[in-house]
Amino acid sequence: MVAPAETSAAYDSKIEGNIVFTKLDSAINWMRKNSLWPMPMGLACCAIEMMASACSRYDLSRFGMEVMRFSPRQADVMIVAGTVTYKMALAVKRIWDQMPEPKWCIAMGACASSGGMYRSYAVLQGIDHLIPVDIYISGCPPRPEALLEGLMRLQRKIEGEHSLMDQKKQLLADLT
Amino acid sequence: MNASQMVTALKEKFGTAVLSNTEFRGEHTIQVTLASAKPLLKYCRDELAFDYLVDVSSLDHMGQEPRFEMVYELYGYGHLQHMRVKAQIPVEQDVPTVSDIWPTANWHEREAYDMMGIKFSGHPDMRRILMWEGYPYFPLRKDFPLAGRPTDLPEVGFTNVAPMADGPFVTSAGATDTVTREPRAKRVE
Repeated sequence: MVAPAETSAAYDSKIEGNIVFTKLDSAINWMRKNSLWPMPMGLACCAIEMMASACSRYDLSRFGMEVMRFSPRQADVMIVAGTVTYKMALAVKRIWDQMPEPKWCIAMGACASSGGMYRSYAVLQGIDHLIPVDIYISGCPPRPEALLEGLMRLQRKIEGEHSLMDQKKQLLADLT
Repeated sequence: MNASQMVTALKEKFGTAVLSNTEFRGEHTIQVTLASAKPLLKYCRDELAFDYLVDVSSLDHMGQEPRFEMVYELYGYGHLQHMRVKAQIPVEQDVPTVSDIWPTANWHEREAYDMMGIKFSGHPDMRRILMWEGYPYFPLRKDFPLAGRPTDLPEVGFTNVAPMADGPFVTSAGATDTVTREPRAKRVE
């Protein structure tokens, strides 16, 4: 951000205090990270902790993530909370595919990250075998504080993305 | 009528079809032939008032003949008596369904089919219930490894072998202290 006084926008003393200079990428990221709409993929006991995080004591909405959407078409971060069995994995993948871009994925807890204690024929050994994971949260199950920390790290990750710049480069590459 | 009187009544009615009966801590178990299992179970519900089928399960006695065995747990809310009926399944034979006697048997039998590969004749909906349609194995059979086997059905589903690290984790029952009793990775020779 550039101080208004040093720029050409400082032409009018009535509006100069209201103008912010930034990159379009940063502005978009700022909007995205502060209105994450989670898709709660609650599959086991981790989901109980996720519900607790959304309730009044821990209050996810302090960070702009309270709008839990049970429709994948209205969500942009999937919180995979719990044990993913092979049978359920098909449904998780399908729901993930239905979420519009841009989208992020959080593997909450040991089971979603690695299969956890379920070393067996029935359990997928980590949701990252099927969908790309942005944040792994350790714990069995993780406490609500850990989920909040994970979501805040996701916000930090989104801050550093170059979505529009990458799209522009892609467009230029496609044109030539 | 209590459970032991019911066992006597069943023996009188079905004769040699009741192969044996045992009592252990007040629980009565009768072993019957598979052919007589269904009429016997129907008699149990209609005449002996066992109106509640608690569970249907199956056993795998690998290495023995016959290999599989059905177990029916019966209970009556009128007389509060419990009885267990077991029937061994001769090789490659279907088991007659009891889902027309107790509707609850429908899903129990689907589970037995899914996990053990026992087929039920006359079942209205003989599909897998826990694994997906098209999964090629029966995971609760004793020759199926705990870690699983890789399968791949394009566009439907897949499984991989689970990494067992140094497992499987074995509990040492009866050890002197809790540290040794804990389930741990122990090499089975």
